[in-house]
Amino acid sequence: MQAFTYARVGTLAEAIAALQQPHAQAVAGGTELLNWMKEGIAAPQRIIDINNLAGLDRIEVDDHGLRIGALARMSDVAASAHVQSAYPAIAQALLASASPQIRNMATMGGNMMQRTRCRYFRADVDLPCNKRRPGSGCAAIAGDDRAAAIFGGSNQCIATHPSDVAVALAALDATVQIDGPGGKRSVPVADFHRLPGDSPTQDTELERGEIITAIVVPPSAAARRSHYLKVRERASYEFALVSAAVGVDLDGSRIRAVHIALGGVAARPWRLKASEMALRGTLLSDETALRGALDKDFDRAQPGRHNAFKIELAKRAVIRALRMAGERA
Amino acid sequence: MSGIGQSVARLDGPAKVSGRARYTADTPMADVTYAVIVPATRPHAHITGIDLAAARAAPGVIDIFTHHNTPTFGPIDVPLSQPVMPLQDDRVLYEGQPVALVVAATLEQATHAATLVSVTYHDAPFDTDFGADLDRIEVAPAFFGIPPDNAKGDVAAGWVAADVTLEATYVTSDRHHNAMEPGAVVAVWRDGALDVYDATQGVFDARTCLAQALRIDPDIIRVSNSFIGGGFGGKGWGWPYQILPAMAARALGRPVKLVLTRAQTYTSHGYQAATRQTVALGARRDGTLTSLRHDSVVAGSFAGDHVEGAGWDTPALYASPAFSTTHRLRRLHRGNPAAMRAPFGGVGLVGVEIAMDELATALDMDPLALRLKNHTDINPIDGKPFSSKKLRECYAIGADRFGWSRRTAAPRSMRDGRDLVGYGMASLVLRAFRFAANARVTIDRAGQVRIETSTQDVGQGLSTVIPQIAADALGLPVDRVHLVLGDTTLPVAPFTGASSATMSVGSAVQDAAASLRRKLAAAGANGPQGYPGALAALGVDSLSADGAWAPGGEPGDGEASAAIFSFGAVFAEVRIDVDIPIPRVKRVVGVYSAGRIINPRTARSQMTGGIIWGIGQALLERSDMDTRLGRFLSKNLAGYLVPVNADVGEIDASFVEEFDPHASPLGARGIGELGALGVAPAIANAVFHATGIRVREVPIRPEHLLSAA
Repeated sequence: MQAFTYARVGTLAEAIAALQQPHAQAVAGGTELLNWMKEGIAAPQRIIDINNLAGLDRIEVDDHGLRIGALARMSDVAASAHVQSAYPAIAQALLASASPQIRNMATMGGNMMQRTRCRYFRADVDLPCNKRRPGSGCAAIAGDDRAAAIFGGSNQCIATHPSDVAVALAALDATVQIDGPGGKRSVPVADFHRLPGDSPTQDTELERGEIITAIVVPPSAAARRSHYLKVRERASYEFALVSAAVGVDLDGSRIRAVHIALGGVAARPWRLKASEMALRGTLLSDETALRGALDKDFDRAQPGRHNAFKIELAKRAVIRALRMAGERA
Repeated sequence: MSGIGQSVARLDGPAKVSGRARYTADTPMADVTYAVIVPATRPHAHITGIDLAAARAAPGVIDIFTHHNTPTFGPIDVPLSQPVMPLQDDRVLYEGQPVALVVAATLEQATHAATLVSVTYHDAPFDTDFGADLDRIEVAPAFFGIPPDNAKGDVAAGWVAADVTLEATYVTSDRHHNAMEPGAVVAVWRDGALDVYDATQGVFDARTCLAQALRIDPDIIRVSNSFIGGGFGGKGWGWPYQILPAMAARALGRPVKLVLTRAQTYTSHGYQAATRQTVALGARRDGTLTSLRHDSVVAGSFAGDHVEGAGWDTPALYASPAFSTTHRLRRLHRGNPAAMRAPFGGVGLVGVEIAMDELATALDMDPLALRLKNHTDINPIDGKPFSSKKLRECYAIGADRFGWSRRTAAPRSMRDGRDLVGYGMASLVLRAFRFAANARVTIDRAGQVRIETSTQDVGQGLSTVIPQIAADALGLPVDRVHLVLGDTTLPVAPFTGASSATMSVGSAVQDAAASLRRKLAAAGANGPQGYPGALAALGVDSLSADGAWAPGGEPGDGEASAAIFSFGAVFAEVRIDVDIPIPRVKRVVGVYSAGRIINPRTARSQMTGGIIWGIGQALLERSDMDTRLGRFLSKNLAGYLVPVNADVGEIDASFVEEFDPHASPLGARGIGELGALGVAPAIANAVFHATGIRVREVPIRPEHLLSAA
């Protein structure tokens, strides 16, 4: 039996202390952790229930923008009128995620901590997967890599991150607020997830004993004119094949500033910084110019054996998302 | 009223939605133990060692069975069963094959101990790559008594005589049944008799398998179930997991329960095998077929002889002076495939009906007109007239309900905003499999009627339509009728599959009920209100009558004089975003010629479900095999995509009025698989119409459609 203890903590300090113990794992909504435990991906010995941490479920607006508590449920954030009007891509990404039942349970902090849906990582038995068992190899590289990364992979791992809302948050320059034994710090969402490199087991910058307390999203014209487009074969209840989150600040129909992040293409939301620069001053209706600018990033894509189609699909998703954002009043 | 032809709501509906319906795994059982299979992790290997020390030391473990301590099973000859018995020797022929069975006091203990069983293997070369080495094939064995090859006329001459010829290769994918309820068995030895609760589509087949494997008298075995949470072909015949609990229960002297994990359902009871079909059509300028060839290479197994008969029914589709169908088997190191809704034509129509659409394009002809041009009322296979074929009505009604006349011929010519719009259609044909069945009907003085027959309810509505048939024959309301089923102590009925239950079992029930009514009349009952009096006159509390039906006994003509098939026409509309090319099914219209419909409501529900299966086949369902590891990937419903509500557009399924006296005394044929036929090719053809891109593979994926940027 994989025995574990269960403890409910009431304060952030208690949580941080408890999480410094070996083999401790925080649980909030439980929609991911329980899957890992059932699939044999994780076997924590101490489960620290953080659901009772006061105030961490708030959705607040202040001078710094939107502050989403780590324990805010996905469905509550999606239903926020302020999120819908000032950060539409966030609400859209949330509503395109999972199912209503899961969104009612799953928290925003937990969403960031999701792990890849790679079929080898999620298998019913232990298959070659460096993320699941270091040194065991990566079966996806020479196997089924259709869902794998086209950016930022390594010869150890080509997994993608499955979150939708992290893509929207990364596009809108959100930061992850962290508290822990070393004090408070913040990390941009776009840098929060680690690229695999030589050590694919550690997915995020979160260190032992640390806990996500909130996600802060700055206000901007681009955030108000943002859009999230999710491309998937099944119309609902399915992870993205590719997705695009964009925010545009327009001068007439010309791009003044633009933010673009892709989902389903890398181990983290993939910002298209080079394209964003190149797109400044471009007419939103000029598809040739848009495509040319996107090539600044896509020229560096490294597709595998079965996922080169994601390059064209992702480009089209970005262009469509830009149009949808531009059409927003 | 509640007789034949009435839309009676499901009699078992309230029990199912309230959780009162008892499924096999829910069977309460004192002193029960829990068995968990340890599956092989290799596709082809010899077991060199099994270390049980850690597992045996784990809490709650009662015993562990491997090939070292499992009795030798007898050979099984139930048709379509998997002949490789579990835990017999050190050979592994497919990933997922049971290599050990752990029995413990709780499910959790057994599950944990199973993870501690350490098996070492000596790997042997294996082949699980259906797409490679397509010349390493063999002539498929006859299956269901149907030979692999069938031909008539001079195909080569017809090909030469054609004005237009077309030859193309079509690919279908491996698919898994994914019934909601996984396979479940509870086995109890009591007083020298074996009592088995098994969620099987065939209690008698399961009993035969157990008797043969355990070398015991079938008369001491009882196999039963009350509800089955979906079968779709995956719970038919006999599989290794069904035999192990009875073996273990005998050895341990305690009841043993085994429920497959979701992952194990991907390797324990078959799957629909991938196919590669080459279709060659020759036609005159006016569309008249001169030659039809359908050559199928189908994935098979070294562990069994299942053949996906993709081309069996192809020649029955159209009038062609010459046809040839062949089936070649490419055996792989995978478990034996199985029938899966809809097998055979459900797979083969993908090739043939996309090819017909391609031919229509080549001829610059309307796809429906091409089908009508080649309509036949005589079965080209044997020259017999079809028993009852109203396919022309299906075409006409379907085209009208769908609005087929609004279709503009050119691909990519219909548009709605950013969506490309495509209309596609397909014909379908399904041979009637019919089996002998028996039933008993009993009435008591309170006017309550009890039907007994060993058929199985797989969720399709049988528990409603069978009582309707008896109610109709007796002239009583259906709420007076109670059906007892799924038990080898009841009158013998066939396995529930191959769209056979209503006509086979229903006819036996009708026979029994009519016989009972005659008995009651003879005892003085002048109509239903006289039944209690008749029983009183006879001095009995209840009165029974047995009934039976078997194919071949049709009055005046017999089995041989007509070809019994069902037919239909499916029309599909897809929408495909012009930039993001993922097809969405806007609506499907299906019109069917299936004989008499006993219950239009449950029948429409069943067709709707079948059409949704077809949508999955067309756009989503595909079990990927890692050919380096030799295993299916994503053995769960997160990674294996089936349609959700958002994938399913408007569905309009209907039947033409029909009575087929050749098929059964009820006038009914079968519909279980019918709805799943023809949908995938109709959608594929609609995708071509929308985009101008011809995809010859299902499921159709975005990468197929991205090329035309």
